[in-house]
Amino acid sequence: MKLMEAEGREILARHGIPVPAGRVVSAPGELDGIAGPVVVKALVPVGGRGKAGGVKFAGTLEEARARVGEIIGLEIKGCRVRSVLVSEKVDIARELYLSISVDRDAGMALLMASALGGMDIESVPEEKIYRRYINPLIGLQSYQLRDLAGHLALEKPVGQQVSDIARKLYSAFVAEDAELLEINPLAVMPGGKVVAADAKAVIDDDSLFRHPGHREVEPDITPLEQEARERGISFVQLDGNIGVIANGAGLTMATLDALGLVGGNGGTFLDLGGTDDPEKVKQAFRILKKARPKVILMNIFGGITRCDTVATGVHEVVRSEGAGAPVVARIKGWYEERAREILKDAGLITATTMEEAARKAAELSREA
Amino acid sequence: MAIILDRDTRVMVQGITGHQGTQHTRAMKEFGTAVVAGVTPGKGGTSVEGVPVFNSIAEAMRGLPAGARPNTWICFVPAPFAKDASYEAMESGIRKLVIITEHIPVQDAMQLMAYADYKKAVVVGPNTPGVISPGERAKVGIMPAAVFRPGRIGVISRSGTLTYEVVNSMSEAGFGQSTCIGLGGDPVVGTSFIEALDMFNADPGTDAMVMVGEIGGSAEENAAEHIVSAGIRKPVFAYIAGRTAPPGRRMGHAGAIVLRGRGTAESKVKALTAAGVKVARVPSEISGLLKGAGL
Repeated sequence: MKLMEAEGREILARHGIPVPAGRVVSAPGELDGIAGPVVVKALVPVGGRGKAGGVKFAGTLEEARARVGEIIGLEIKGCRVRSVLVSEKVDIARELYLSISVDRDAGMALLMASALGGMDIESVPEEKIYRRYINPLIGLQSYQLRDLAGHLALEKPVGQQVSDIARKLYSAFVAEDAELLEINPLAVMPGGKVVAADAKAVIDDDSLFRHPGHREVEPDITPLEQEARERGISFVQLDGNIGVIANGAGLTMATLDALGLVGGNGGTFLDLGGTDDPEKVKQAFRILKKARPKVILMNIFGGITRCDTVATGVHEVVRSEGAGAPVVARIKGWYEERAREILKDAGLITATTMEEAARKAAELSREA
Repeated sequence: MAIILDRDTRVMVQGITGHQGTQHTRAMKEFGTAVVAGVTPGKGGTSVEGVPVFNSIAEAMRGLPAGARPNTWICFVPAPFAKDASYEAMESGIRKLVIITEHIPVQDAMQLMAYADYKKAVVVGPNTPGVISPGERAKVGIMPAAVFRPGRIGVISRSGTLTYEVVNSMSEAGFGQSTCIGLGGDPVVGTSFIEALDMFNADPGTDAMVMVGEIGGSAEENAAEHIVSAGIRKPVFAYIAGRTAPPGRRMGHAGAIVLRGRGTAESKVKALTAAGVKVARVPSEISGLLKGAGL
């Protein structure tokens, strides 16, 4: 779950990391006073806000209100700006970079720091990035922090503050079940004080049972994907015109790939999962139909799932509500013969292999 | 011969009284696996499918004679309790853990794996269908036994149903399996492709390996590098799912996502091909590749 900058900042502040004072507003009128120069930042879950006109400075209350009015309503990379963060303007002498993320290959948290902050870390040369894994059994150690300060060539008072911030960032990372906490830039002010001038936070979806309070940013998904999510169906909308439904994430991807090989274009990724509950099958088909595919390609491998029970669910939904498009079905595994009979009876086109089904679906999608 | 599981495998089922635990205890026993104990706090003294149930792992270890104690543990408990249960298993001396549980927080998974390293325990999963050694009549997991055949090919996979699809087509073509191991669909898992390849490479009962990978992370690229640097001699074959998956979208599995251009199917296929691995374009091609290599 990606959090907005304002909430990311709250997390940092809660763990004792210095952040500029600021508040969230969603209309110019909500701003009743500012203590000095401010920066007005669009709250959208995408990067590149500055270039898109989503970050502006103001010196007076009138100016600040005007900037708020300009930024709210903007569309940045497809995201409508609904609120802004009005925050104390930080004078920056130097910009550093600091982050902790999950490194899936190492299976450990990865601390990254660089003296080249303020730009996308992807564009920073590898040798300018300090990287160290943090063993979760012992946590971040002082020698690693001394090493970090040395690597970034930080003068002592700054190095001490950065070390302290890194230590707090790791506590926050563990306590908040983060997948990523990134401070970019980590600003060094002219007087030498170090402040988190930005905050990016991604929280592990699977940890939400122990963090009920988070407000998710407007999810980066289509309304139909949102509907599927609410029904507990794993569904991704794609560009093509063939609705793909299969059981298991891997098999669903493999089916889309098989379609691609014969010139077909998948329009949906719909993973039925391990269910053979006819009601769940019906719901999945309803979602699929709403994506308005020209052809539906169904690929079921019944290992634990019984093919005939899945087929019965499909039969019911197709008979009672119609499929809305021709359905090519390949069903294999446990009780496959019975399943094929049931599907034929429902008027579906059946195939015995994934490739054959993909070919038929691709042909139909070109004819239709 | 096989890896991880053999005829001496004695299994303990954590969460045996739950729906999944009970159903799969029955299926594992039907396959021939020795399931010797089950654990559900508060349900000690009962039995499930003829398997005695204990209140804790320690109680089970005390309650069973030395030669009959479990050496392999399978976890069905819900995500919030899985880490604690895994620690208990390792503290009780168990060194083979199969974690079926899905949606374990990644911080829990990282801590768990670090502790398993320290204890020198083999963890398979989480979010795995488990492990099966058909010739040894041993299954610790939820895979459908009917698609497997005893044989000499080692299968390593990040997927569930897709594995059954691949294995079924192999079995139909006469290629049985020494062991099939599901690594799990999560970003942080225990046993990796590399460790599984090493185990199969050292196993006299395995002639070749089949890897079933998917988009996300760089486990397949790392495996490709390892095949070259460690001098894996047995032939390796692969199928990678997600060639047509759009970047930035999570394709069902928590770990199946292309981020900032990393973890694409293309990069995996390229790395594996460069390491001499024959990569199938569709799952059913695997058998043809095995035949072509004279296996």
